Amino acid sequence: MKLRISGVSKSFDTTPVLTDIGLEVAQGSRTAIVGSSGCGKTTLLRVIAGFIDPDCGEISLGNRVLVAPRRGVPAHRRGIGYVAQDGALFPHLSVAANIGFGLPRTGRTQRIVEVMKLTSLDAALATRYPHQLSGGQQQRVALARALAPRPEVVLLDEPFSALDTGLREQTRAAVITALERSGTTTVLVTHDQEEALSFGDGVAVMMRGSLPQSGSPQSVFGNPGSAEIAALMGSIVLLPAVRVGNEIDSALGRIDVRHDRSNGAESVSAMVRPSQVSLSVDLSHGSASVTGVRHIGPTALVSLRTLGEQPVALLITIPAQQTQSLAVGAVVGLKVGGGAVLYPASAAIQ
Amino acid sequence: MTPPPSRALLIIVVVLAIGMLVPVGYVIEATARIGIDELATLLLRPRVGELLGNTALILVLGVPITVVLGVGSAWVVERTDLPGRRFFAVLSVAPLAIPAFVSSYGWASVIPSIQGLGGGLLVATLAYYPLVYLPALATLRGLNPSLEESARSLGLKEGAILFRVVIPQLRLAILGGGLIVALHLLAEYGAFAFIRFDTFTTAIVVAYQSTFAGPSAASLGIVLALLSVIVLGVEATARGRARYAYVGSSSARPAQLVTLGKFTPLAILALVAVATLATVVPMASVIRWSLATKPEMLDGLWRALIDTSLLSLGGAIGAIVVALPVAWLATRHPSRLSRVLEGGYSIASSLPAIIVALALVTVTLNVAPGLYQTAATVTAAYVIIFLPRALVTLRAGLAQVPESLEEAARALGTPPLLARMRVTTPLLFPAIAAAGALVALGAANELTATLLLAPTGTRTLATQFWSAASSIDYPGAAPYAISLVLLSVPAVALLFAQTRGKKP
Repeated sequence: MKLRISGVSKSFDTTPVLTDIGLEVAQGSRTAIVGSSGCGKTTLLRVIAGFIDPDCGEISLGNRVLVAPRRGVPAHRRGIGYVAQDGALFPHLSVAANIGFGLPRTGRTQRIVEVMKLTSLDAALATRYPHQLSGGQQQRVALARALAPRPEVVLLDEPFSALDTGLREQTRAAVITALERSGTTTVLVTHDQEEALSFGDGVAVMMRGSLPQSGSPQSVFGNPGSAEIAALMGSIVLLPAVRVGNEIDSALGRIDVRHDRSNGAESVSAMVRPSQVSLSVDLSHGSASVTGVRHIGPTALVSLRTLGEQPVALLITIPAQQTQSLAVGAVVGLKVGGGAVLYPASAAIQ
Repeated sequence: MTPPPSRALLIIVVVLAIGMLVPVGYVIEATARIGIDELATLLLRPRVGELLGNTALILVLGVPITVVLGVGSAWVVERTDLPGRRFFAVLSVAPLAIPAFVSSYGWASVIPSIQGLGGGLLVATLAYYPLVYLPALATLRGLNPSLEESARSLGLKEGAILFRVVIPQLRLAILGGGLIVALHLLAEYGAFAFIRFDTFTTAIVVAYQSTFAGPSAASLGIVLALLSVIVLGVEATARGRARYAYVGSSSARPAQLVTLGKFTPLAILALVAVATLATVVPMASVIRWSLATKPEMLDGLWRALIDTSLLSLGGAIGAIVVALPVAWLATRHPSRLSRVLEGGYSIASSLPAIIVALALVTVTLNVAPGLYQTAATVTAAYVIIFLPRALVTLRAGLAQVPESLEEAARALGTPPLLARMRVTTPLLFPAIAAAGALVALGAANELTATLLLAPTGTRTLATQFWSAASSIDYPGAAPYAISLVLLSVPAVALLFAQTRGKKP
């Protein structure tokens, strides 16, 4: 079933928290909503789940209207699963009873076994209590409990943020596998752009209560709607530049234009990712002086400052063996691959 | 972001708060009714000056003594390598199981000449120091040892650490415990009446017995209420806005124990001496008298047990019913309004029991004569007096049941009311049971309000004890004293368990 949200707004007292939110999530797909903390993403998830009524807007699931002006289907009749940040497992119930909480009596045991298998939970855990589980296990039980009644949509609220790095990777992989196998439409909110980009089919960017851009992970990362979105999705280098035909001139030399969002202005801000920049022996295009070199095992972080009237600082990662000739103060040539995205000038974002 | 509470919940909480504030209203109404001139005539007497002096002295001397005894015992038991620490930890809380008026009877029968301020101080401080000991113990238990380790690495010696790091963190426990002791000292009737130490509370009972709830009792009640407000104000001022919380992730490492070394015998001697005076002497005395109890003296005991159980059960149910809405409001919808309402509840409960009783006598006689001296009125008094016990326990219980659990149940297809029944209720049940037990056991020992309010013919353990003991029928009082102590043991055990499990 397609989840469709349109024109949803919500204020707490007089503070607007959500402004005219529109989003579509295709059946069986996985969409991540990414934004910094306090941007309203958890509120949006709770509106979809039915814990909060929006001030206006519509939400529908397939042909079923969940929220329309002045009426909302209560949370327990929406058929939408919800996994809270801390799992919200019932402390007085065993793992099996937690997973079976939303199931009818007939076939309950069988479904519990199925879902535990689906979420890679060891059958021996069934009789344990939540406080006897590790953080990763708790999150998988929370997911199993949400998936057990076969909801059409499942909502995940930062489900991995409380876990350590290693456990997070492992739990995320297990969760994605389980969601893939069950084919459930999923919406995840996160503040971690890497998690958002790697989670699934769609990414929606949330800023100050609205969704300025959504689309495939590649398009949101590669063609961000604004310099601010670009910075949210990963580190960027923003260069003052002048248009020269189909290319631009900047402190990093002449660069191709990949996407033009500057409305054809003469002076622009050009965005490239540090990963597009590499060192070159040719100083004729762009050049910079080395301000620091830091080794991190097989790679090295090199900080550079471009030469010229408006110096720009940038930090690039190169293989460690290329650092032999790099001393602080040395001048190196730079090369940019893959082209730049242009925004109206002076959109200074750091 | 918390959603606003429903209108129905707010109305319930406000209506109950108005009910709780009846004693406060009584004090204000009595002041207006009697008038300032008449009050001046009633109060500007040498006798009132003497009462004020006694009450002030017992507060100014009694509270510091209980703080020293309470904090000292807690520190020795929790933070030193004292042999038998667990035993002494329990022994130090034992005096709470002996109602102060029973302890007073025990002392008076051992030393018949005991009386006045000295006697009052002896009996009251020994009976009430566990009220400081328990919060101090809880705080010491919850202190992060890395604070002390940091102080040590900054070059501080043991003693300096105790006074510059540990004791300052105990400030809230000391103020909170000291406040409760002060309110108990203001409200105590039986223990002081027994050894002829006159305070406002004992004088009000005497005035009530001769002139009923007339201007004479009321005027003394006004001063007593004022003293309670002053005590609350002093505590609030001293506490200020202080809230100590450890910044950073907390570890469960146990604290390193202080080596007592050559002070070990001294520490043991001190703890044993306090325990002997507070527990052994009164209990030995009660047991000695019980040996002289004749079988026919036990006749009234069953009847008293039944009456006591019924009245205290009523009080417990009433307190839970009254406390649950405000506890719910305070934990689920915290706001300025919820804090104001909660404050209203606790002000009412801070007034001494004698004022609650006077208020209920006056209100029932003037507004609802049918309720005068009925079980309903006694129950109402128990609710007002013991509400904080229920409120604190229920709040802690509700805090353990986050709303996200109910939401999880709703997202799984459970309707809201059923979600509350399947998730919140079972999780809250232990707290409800504990709250009920604490109120019921407190009510079972209540003497002052029960004496004034109990229906004619109702005999509780406390009132039966009182009528025997105050007519010097010591053997006849002993079985009631023993029953009162036995009834208190579970409540004290519960309080002690709550303290040990608690992380502030």
